[in-house]
Order: sequence, then structure tokens, then C-alpha cells
Amino acid sequence: MIEILIVFIKIIFALIWLLTLTLYLTWVERKESAVIQDRIGANRASILGIRIIGLFQPFADAIKMIFKEDFTPSFSKKFLHDLAPFLSFFFVAITISAIPFGDFISIGGKTINLLILDINVGLLFVLAMLSLGIYGILIAGWSSNNKFTLIGGLRGAAQLISYEVALGLSLIGLIMVYPSLNLSQIVHFQGELLFGVVPKWGIFLQPLGFMIFFFAALAETKRVPFDLPEGESEIIGFFTEYGGLKWGLFMMTDFMEVIIVSCLLTTLFFGGWQVPWLATDGFHFPWGGEWLLSHWVVVLFQVAAFNIKVFFFSWLQVLIRWTYPRFRYDQLMDMGWKLLIPLSLVNIVGTGILMSI
Amino acid sequence: MIKAIEYFIEILRGSVITARHFFVNMFFHILKVMGIKTKRKGAVTIQYPEEKKELASRHRSLHRLMKRENGKPRCVACMLCVTACPSECIYVEAAEDPDLEIQKYPAKFIIDLSRCCFCGFCVEACPEDAIRMDTDQIELAQYSREDLLYDLDKLIG
Ligand code: SF4
Ligand code: SF4
Repeated sequence: MIEILIVFIKIIFALIWLLTLTLYLTWVERKESAVIQDRIGANRASILGIRIIGLFQPFADAIKMIFKEDFTPSFSKKFLHDLAPFLSFFFVAITISAIPFGDFISIGGKTINLLILDINVGLLFVLAMLSLGIYGILIAGWSSNNKFTLIGGLRGAAQLISYEVALGLSLIGLIMVYPSLNLSQIVHFQGELLFGVVPKWGIFLQPLGFMIFFFAALAETKRVPFDLPEGESEIIGFFTEYGGLKWGLFMMTDFMEVIIVSCLLTTLFFGGWQVPWLATDGFHFPWGGEWLLSHWVVVLFQVAAFNIKVFFFSWLQVLIRWTYPRFRYDQLMDMGWKLLIPLSLVNIVGTGILMSI
Repeated sequence: MIKAIEYFIEILRGSVITARHFFVNMFFHILKVMGIKTKRKGAVTIQYPEEKKELASRHRSLHRLMKRENGKPRCVACMLCVTACPSECIYVEAAEDPDLEIQKYPAKFIIDLSRCCFCGFCVEACPEDAIRMDTDQIELAQYSREDLLYDLDKLIG
């Protein structure tokens, strides 16, 4: 009974974390793009005249979207048309359940892992769910019964499938180094030290794998420079026939994908919740010093480290989105099939050779 | 291969430029929040309704009709501005003035601002320097077209 309750509480916390972050990522996107372009950005949304640098903007957006007309074109396949945004939202949101936020907390002799689903195939689960998200796009494009949305959906599917391969292959080297598919175990492995000094993070062991994964993951999020499925500014994309909250769900999915990708980058390549030299009882510095901390402070450090890393990667992705122009479609496909996949194969072989020495 | 690496370096430089803009602007924003005054601002934005840009001295804004010493309009209803106006938005109705020096005065003088393009030709055309465009009023939006018909009472001043 108490187990179920704990899982339930964890799910609620994770969802609140994800949704607030998603909401505020829209704010960060606006503000960051504004600061990059020497502007100020949305700062007018106010409650009772109080407007703290536009922090209420996401709520204003949400309210606007909720009260818009929820229309379905008469020529569309109604059921699938309604289903598509929920599919794409669901498959991205569920991946948060396999991401470890921290190590564990112990209350009254009970140890609670700070992740919802501690399964042995966590990594495969996340990749599988992310790739299932394609169905949302395909169904949206097809069920709208409009030539342009269909083309947009197919374009999206082609893009995602070609980058899915590179995404998966780039992680094989990682799995060879940390012999586990369990995300919490991968994070535990990254707590060890390399040459007794540097933490054994994925970025140090798999720099090429990190780069390939980063590119492929950027393509997975379907945002500029890889935004061919939607092409908000000029190309007609797969969600042309959507409006109101259903369109909002697609938009939220995009932002959520950014966060999930940041979580994955953090977990796989930047040590997840690991703080360098922090063990369960405090810091043990390689030059001999020690700083012992109580359990709760350690947990706080770990969760904060995870969050800071995720924020940083979200920030970086927004920066990339506001820096680069869009790829042409053939360049996009070329990069996926002719550059990233061969490179990831090289990475696998190279990792194998290095490990056998 | 060398070309590809060059491209890659250029790509990285692009993000360095945006990141530099971000950090430099953030630095000045933070200075402002901490209450330190700097010459350079974090953003070039002017927060319009609260903050206004100073108008240039040669600007053209809402028209005004000049007055004589006795308070009557200086206009002699010569219709030159009516003729010069490219938007044909000035309507003047002349009436006889008892003063022989003046001879005519405008009984009606209406400018339809909904059609005016603020070219300033009326000001140039006027032989009496009776019309000027220097009231500093540039926020002239109204909810109905009728409110944009400015007559003698509104223009004189
Ligand atoms: S400013 Fe130009 S358009 Fe307007 S009333 Fe004068 S002449 Fe006509
Ligand atoms: S040109 Fe000057 S004097 Fe002549 S009608 Fe216009 S405002 Fe009056």
C-alpha cells in the first residue's frame, strides 16, 4: 500500500516538475531570444499590475489557448485528428519516468529511489517512447486529410527515422563503457573517478558519441535548425489543421522534448545527479581533503546538480535555436545518413578497440 | 575535408556571437537590477507608452492654426493649402471679413486626419504662415472616423 502511495507521489512530483519547466521554457525562449537580439521580450503580462519581468506570460498564453475555439475540419478523420496531439504529448511525457533525479532519500529506514521507474531497460524504454512520438506527427499529418499536412507529416517521419538510427547507434559506445541499460546504474558508474581525479562522465569517455547524440537529439526535437516538419515561418507543416489547445499540445511537446533531451544529455554524458567527488556521506577530494555532510544536504546537492545541468542544456538548445538558419531538406538527410551514422559506427569500433587494449 | 572543418568553425563562431550578445546584455541587465547606472543599456527597446523618444525638431505632427493678436485665425482662406494637399483632405469655406487688409477669413476649416499623410505641403504652401505642424501630438488614434475630422475649434491654438 505504502509502496503504491510513494510511486504515486513520485509521479505527481515528476509531472509537476516537467510541466512547470515546460511552461517556463516558453518564457525562457522568449526572454533569451530577446536578450540575444538586444530586445527586452514579453514583459507586459501582469496580475493586479504586478509584472515580474513577464513571469506570468506562460499562464496568459495557456489561458488564451484554452479559450480558443477547438475546431476540427469537416474533411478530417475526426477520431484520429483528436487523438494525434495526445499521442505525441503522452509519449514524450512518459519518458520522464525513467530519468533519475537524484540518488535516494531515506525516511524512517525506508530508502526511496528518486526515479519513478527503476527498470533494467530504462535507456531502451526512453528511446522507444521518443521514437513512438513519430506516430503523433504521422497521424496528425494524415488524418487532417490535407495534402500539405500529409507531406509535412511524411517529412517529419523521414527526418525522425533517419536521426533515430544515429541516436541509437551513438549510445552503443556508451553502453559498452558503462555495461548497463539501467539509467540509474549508468549514473552510478559515472560517479567513479578516472585516473583518480576526473569524474568518469560520459563526455570524457565518449566525446564523439556525445557530439553525435547531441546533433541527433537536436534533430529529434524538430526545432530550428531542424524544423522541416513544421517550418512555422513559411513551410506548411503537419499541424496546419490544428488550433487552440490541440495545437498547444504539439507546441508543448516540442518544449518538453527539449527538456527530455537535456535530461538525457545530463544523465548519459554529464553524470546525471553526480557532483564531482560527492559520495553518499560528503565530499572526498582527490587531494586528500574531506567535507562530510548530512544525508539531506547530499540529496539537495544531487538534485540541484541535476537541475542545473538540465537548465544549462535547455539554455544551450534555445541558444542554438536562435542562432542557426534552417537546413535544406537534402542537407538534413545527408547529415543524418552520410555523416552521423558512419561517425557513430566509427565511434563503436573505436570504443571497442580502445577497450580491448 | 578542410572546407568542412572551416564550415564547422564558422558554425561555432555563429553561436559564439549569439552567446556573446546574451552574456553582455545580461551583464548590463543585472547591473541595472542592482541599481548601478551605466551608459550602455542591456536592450535598445523603448518601453513605449511609459517611455517616449524625443521628437526631432523638424518633425511633423498634428496641425495647428495660428492666431492673430486679436485671437482670430491668421488664415485668409486663400485655398493654397487646399490646392497643395495631395490627399485632398483640407476643406475651407471662406467668408468675407470687414477688415479690408484681410478681406477673407475661414468660416469652416476642416482637416480630415484619417486621410492626411502628414506630408507638410500645406505648411509649405501657406503664404500667411497660418498653419503649422509642430504640436508634438502624434498619438491621434480614435475609435471612429468622425473623431478624426478636426475643425477650426480643435485646430486653433
Ligand atoms: S500634411 Fe499634407 S496631407 Fe495633411 S493636410 Fe497638409 S498637405 Fe494635406
Ligand atoms: S494656405 Fe494658409 S492662409 Fe491659405 S487657406 Fe491654407 S491655411 Fe489659410
